[in-house]
Amino acid sequence: MSGHNESILREPLITGDNITYAKITDDILGPVENKPNKAWWIGFIVASLGALLWVVAVSYTFWNGIGAWGLNKTVGWAWDITGFVWWVGIGHAGTLISAVLLLFRQNWRNSINRSAEAMTIFAVICAATYVVSHMGRPWLAYWVLPLPNQFGSLWVNFNSPLVWDMFAISTYFSVSLLFWYTGLLPDIATIRDRAVGTRRKIYSIFSFGWSGSVKTWQRFEAVSLILAGISTPLVLSVHTIVSMDFATSVIPGWHTTIFPPYFVAGAIFSGFAMVLTLLLVARKVLGLENYITMFHIESMNKIIILTGSIVGVAYLTEFFIAWYSGSEYEQYAFINRSTGPYWWSYWMMMTCNVISPQLLWFKKIRLSIKATWILSIVVNVGMWFERFVIIVTSLHRDYIPSSWAMFYPTWVDISVFVGSIGLFFTLFLLFLRVLPSIAIAEVKLLLKTASEQAKMKQIKEGHENKEYVAEYIESLEKFDSVKQEDYAKI
Amino acid sequence: MSDIKYILGSFGDPDEMMHGIEKLQENNISIYDVYTPMPIHGIEAKLGIKRSRIDIAAFCFGITGTCCAFALIYFCAVIDWRVNIGGKPSFALPDFIPIMFELTVLFCAFGMVLTYYASTHLFPGRAPRVMDLRATDDRFVIAVDAKDNVEHTVIDGLLKDAGALEIKYNERKYISYE
Repeated sequence: MSGHNESILREPLITGDNITYAKITDDILGPVENKPNKAWWIGFIVASLGALLWVVAVSYTFWNGIGAWGLNKTVGWAWDITGFVWWVGIGHAGTLISAVLLLFRQNWRNSINRSAEAMTIFAVICAATYVVSHMGRPWLAYWVLPLPNQFGSLWVNFNSPLVWDMFAISTYFSVSLLFWYTGLLPDIATIRDRAVGTRRKIYSIFSFGWSGSVKTWQRFEAVSLILAGISTPLVLSVHTIVSMDFATSVIPGWHTTIFPPYFVAGAIFSGFAMVLTLLLVARKVLGLENYITMFHIESMNKIIILTGSIVGVAYLTEFFIAWYSGSEYEQYAFINRSTGPYWWSYWMMMTCNVISPQLLWFKKIRLSIKATWILSIVVNVGMWFERFVIIVTSLHRDYIPSSWAMFYPTWVDISVFVGSIGLFFTLFLLFLRVLPSIAIAEVKLLLKTASEQAKMKQIKEGHENKEYVAEYIESLEKFDSVKQEDYAKI
Repeated sequence: MSDIKYILGSFGDPDEMMHGIEKLQENNISIYDVYTPMPIHGIEAKLGIKRSRIDIAAFCFGITGTCCAFALIYFCAVIDWRVNIGGKPSFALPDFIPIMFELTVLFCAFGMVLTYYASTHLFPGRAPRVMDLRATDDRFVIAVDAKDNVEHTVIDGLLKDAGALEIKYNERKYISYE
């Protein structure tokens, strides 16, 4: 497996010297096996207060009905669906990292896939709660399922994208959970074999009796690859179907065929931004700089530029097509978006999603942790506004000017949204404490080929092309976790 | 001596472990199993383990999902209760595709993973059958059945030559039950 060396031109995926298999386990399991530090507690308390707010707001909605929200006759869909699409979109990066990058053999995914997948699951949980609470009578939520009933049986309408969405989201959630958990088994076994007493018993149950024998691993790899193969079209289909909730309607501003690819690009865009928001903090607080390196951060930033630009092109195309269609309703919807009463949200979206991510073309900004972190939040603000613009500004001025209205959120709307962020972070922080935040086994795979020390050994052996070595050493300058003086001698 | 059930060669490096496997095989010593903290590529070929057929199972489960989805939608929307939507045909195949696709993926994923769990004997609460606790951490362990291969000192020597850091004699097959 490690009989051959990787090209010296590739940047290392694990930095630091004296990294051994044992050290990888120790480093990654540090937060799981030790007591949490102050930063974790502060974060957890703040997040769980948010989650509490969410419980209050959602219970209030359940008790009083969706009249508790600021919806009116004209704007019948607002923050609920905005929040739903936003969260589902965020979830997409996890699957993209774990599945698409696996198919493309991008080894840098190995150290970020676990937490990105966890993020996917928590984001989809947040999204699903919106779906249930916007139903008004959540105790009848099972009506979306094609179950035999006493009305005839009157079945669900299989021509409706909302029914497709129910199938898509529930498949996506359960398959992601399966993929994530199967990948976790070897790492849970690692925790189990290092723990004692009750801890061992608990992790033993959850490890499913993993032994790490040859056949177990062989099948594990086959299963992972096939799961990646089916998750890739799955993740694309999910956001395609989410976009069809709008695109198959006849509302000007929604009725566009560009929605599926545009939504998928937007989802990846916001998802990567959320991964960066979380991991930039996690790598610092948990001391994982050697595993989540500047190379990872730069790669994610590059994906953000790409998908941000696709989203930008989509915005312009939408505008062009509205003009080109000659349909005055379509044209009005877009003029109203950019210059009507909600102009500020449109330009907020344009600035945050199209203009500011272009700053990442500058290497200095792309490699600055602070700038990246701020931009990642800006992107998510922008993506929230994108959904708000699509949903509310398309609805608020409909065909009859007498029914034109504005949308004003109530405290419940705001609390459900802020609370869902709290819920997300609570789940993520708990995850960091009980499960390894990096896939231990997968990172170990990289140690002998793609680590800084392996490359150092390669250079010292002296068979490498001098120019290549110089280029490699130059590429190390961006790493904050590499000791430059080690390379001065060579 | 007779109480020993398994001889374990514990390596710190996967390449040395692979070397150890070769050495044992050259001397006609059968290997019971190998336990590693990460997948080792190429080890199946060396140990003569056949390619996993789980992909075939995955395909069958997937196709079952497609058929089930089609049958369900066709029954509900075309046979049992046709809904007249502006006189459009009830058998609207393009509208069936999203759910057929989703159920294909769902059946394939769950069918395949449950097959994997069943064939590898993984289920919640199963007692872990571990021969060496460090095999999930930083050691690559070759297990040799001590009853079938009686020349223990030879095995010892071969494993040490290949670079084993530690040789263990397990008197119980699995040490993880206590």
